[in-house]
Amino acid sequence: MSMNHAAEHPAFLEHHFNDAEQQRESAKLGMWVFLLTEVLTFGGLFCAYAIYRSWNPDMFFNAHKELDVWLGTVNTIVLITSSLTMALAIRSMQLDNKKRAILYLVFTLLFAATFLVVKYFEYSHKFHVGQLPGKFYTFTGIQGNNPHIFFSIYFAMTGLHGLHVLGGMCLIGWLIYRTHKNRFSSAYYTPIEMVGLFWHLVDLIWIFLFPLFYLIG
Amino acid sequence: MSTAVFAERNYLNEPAGLKAWLLTLDHKRIGVMYLCAIMFMFMLGGFFATLVRLELLTPKQDWFEADTYNQLFTLHGAIMVFLFIIPSIPAAIGNFVLPLMIGAKDVAFPRLNLASWYIYVLGAFVGIYSMISGAVDTGWTFYTPYSTTTNTSVVSMTLAVFILGFSSIFTGLNFIVTVHKLRAPGMTWFKMPLMIWGLYATALIQVLATPVLAITLVLLMLERLWGIGIFDPAMGGDPVLFQHFFWFYSHPAVYIMILPGMAIISELVATFSHKNIFGYKFVGFSSLAIALIGFLVWGHHMFTSGQSELSSMIFSFLTFFVGIPSGIKVFNWVATMYKGSISLKAPMLWVFSFLFLFTIGGLTGIFLGALSVDVHLHDTYFVVAHFHYVMMGGTVMALMGGLHYWWPKIWGRMYNEFWAVISWALVLVGFNMTFFTQFILGTRGMPRRYYSYLDQFQPLHGFSSVGSWILGLGFIIMGVYLIHAIFKGRPAGANPWGGLTFEWKTSSPPPHHNFDAAPIAVHGPYDYDKVKAESTFFDYAAGREVPRKETVNQ
Repeated sequence: MSMNHAAEHPAFLEHHFNDAEQQRESAKLGMWVFLLTEVLTFGGLFCAYAIYRSWNPDMFFNAHKELDVWLGTVNTIVLITSSLTMALAIRSMQLDNKKRAILYLVFTLLFAATFLVVKYFEYSHKFHVGQLPGKFYTFTGIQGNNPHIFFSIYFAMTGLHGLHVLGGMCLIGWLIYRTHKNRFSSAYYTPIEMVGLFWHLVDLIWIFLFPLFYLIG
Repeated sequence: MSTAVFAERNYLNEPAGLKAWLLTLDHKRIGVMYLCAIMFMFMLGGFFATLVRLELLTPKQDWFEADTYNQLFTLHGAIMVFLFIIPSIPAAIGNFVLPLMIGAKDVAFPRLNLASWYIYVLGAFVGIYSMISGAVDTGWTFYTPYSTTTNTSVVSMTLAVFILGFSSIFTGLNFIVTVHKLRAPGMTWFKMPLMIWGLYATALIQVLATPVLAITLVLLMLERLWGIGIFDPAMGGDPVLFQHFFWFYSHPAVYIMILPGMAIISELVATFSHKNIFGYKFVGFSSLAIALIGFLVWGHHMFTSGQSELSSMIFSFLTFFVGIPSGIKVFNWVATMYKGSISLKAPMLWVFSFLFLFTIGGLTGIFLGALSVDVHLHDTYFVVAHFHYVMMGGTVMALMGGLHYWWPKIWGRMYNEFWAVISWALVLVGFNMTFFTQFILGTRGMPRRYYSYLDQFQPLHGFSSVGSWILGLGFIIMGVYLIHAIFKGRPAGANPWGGLTFEWKTSSPPPHHNFDAAPIAVHGPYDYDKVKAESTFFDYAAGREVPRKETVNQ
């Protein structure tokens, strides 16, 4: 067994792993555990959302009408499409098609940027009319108790999600650079796969945020 | 004996140089770096504790103002919990022994491991900054609404805890993957040493609970900085929600603190009784049971916070329930010693301290879990005594036992047994003087977190303060002989205690790559009956092959 490894010890294999499969499996498990911590982080906020919604159902209903469903829908489509291009980037690398992998990663990056630009316009509108968290709330058009709580939770959740989009963009940029430098091949594309997992989670969290804030009445 | 072998080329000196240490990816070096850091924090936290006890020597205010006193006990608590106990056994000892015990070359993600140490140091610096810039007077629990209104530097302290949480998550993530993927050939789950089961269960809690604390602290910071109102009743928020969030992490966190201690005790009991552990699977699975049930009991911190009677009753029941796996462990340890050939080396003495003190701590926890009793004992010295019996009488005693057990492996040299016994005795006596009195104080109505008290409590408080000095003396002596051993101790040899787990199969200190020949698990970790019958092994201290029995009382 060890003779074989000595003969075919690839550059990407770290010294403490026996073989490439052990390294890939470890990375996958580690990433899933990390995603679990992300779910729990957001879980705290989802919990806060559920509690305050159950205490102020009318206020939440009135406040949610202030959000722009069309912009939310556009962003949802943009993010889901970016998940598709991410998956296609992984598939391209599996087929050793470096150029196509880079192309798909660039598309993913552009979709992510589009999401943030749309978010920027949504945020700046809310800043403009004073639909802001807590003590900064100056808007007067929402019926119900403590409407600022809705925007506290809205900004906390979408803000944290936006930071994750930003983090994902950094990672995708790093992947583009590494792919360009020929660091990946069909034998080793673990980082693309791991960033892909992360990106799908970021997408998935938005798929929960969108109906909770924009749709349900 | 005089020709004892000291492994000349080992992880400590190869590769050499400060830079090689600061950029190391070796789990053993990172473990040692963690050990230095947490021991410094233990000293700092202990220093604040003695100041608190000094103020409590007399009923009136004599050394510190009320505000200073609040800051002292907050610093003591926050340092001991977040900077010392939580990382102590997993990050310091666990980092060192976990890969060795499962026969791996390193943890699964060495760079993440190093990052965890630097994040810890960053968190420690932010914490120290908050101490200098006005300290914190909220207690380590940061309860709202006080924490959102006090003028002390709550934001930087919670930021420190937030940062430290990442270091804890990274360690836990690393351990989970390492245990799943990097075990040596032949090491099935039920051939793993129980230390690994304990560290694995701990890692599960670290990964599942810490993110919730992180988001809670973010909300607290947002509340303080921008007044988002989530915890502010005046703005429609709920301060009790903070308590729920906080204890959803912080109750499992006490199992982050105690489970690794229990893991160490399982190793020591088997090794020093020279006997297979009684009920291996029960001890292993009870760790997982504690980890899981521990997530369901947080409400017992809030019996007096206005939650409904029904939820209090459910939480009370679950609290009794979580005591069962701990009881299983204690009975199994005692049963392991039964008819064993017990050698009273220094690590084993700490096991006895642990069993004695942890049992008291655990039983008084049952008192506090009972609703009617808790209403009277809530926020009294009884609670203070209870968690010090569990955290210090449990975790710290186990940590000291583990340090004395693996010290020869970490540094390759043996400490002075005589002074080890002296220090152990002083700590045991000092600890009981300090904290047993606090059970009595609590039942008589002494509330916690007060800098002055009624004259009638003077004798007990005085006794407790004197006890804290004896306790401190015991630890100072320990520090002296342990550090002395690093430089002047006699070489320990590969297996000074006659242990059967993998870390004793390599030289002391271990080489950079842990094992010269990759180990294979052919027997269980505590199969003393089988291994004694079939083999001898090489005793480095004697410099020859000897029957296993002979080395026991060298």
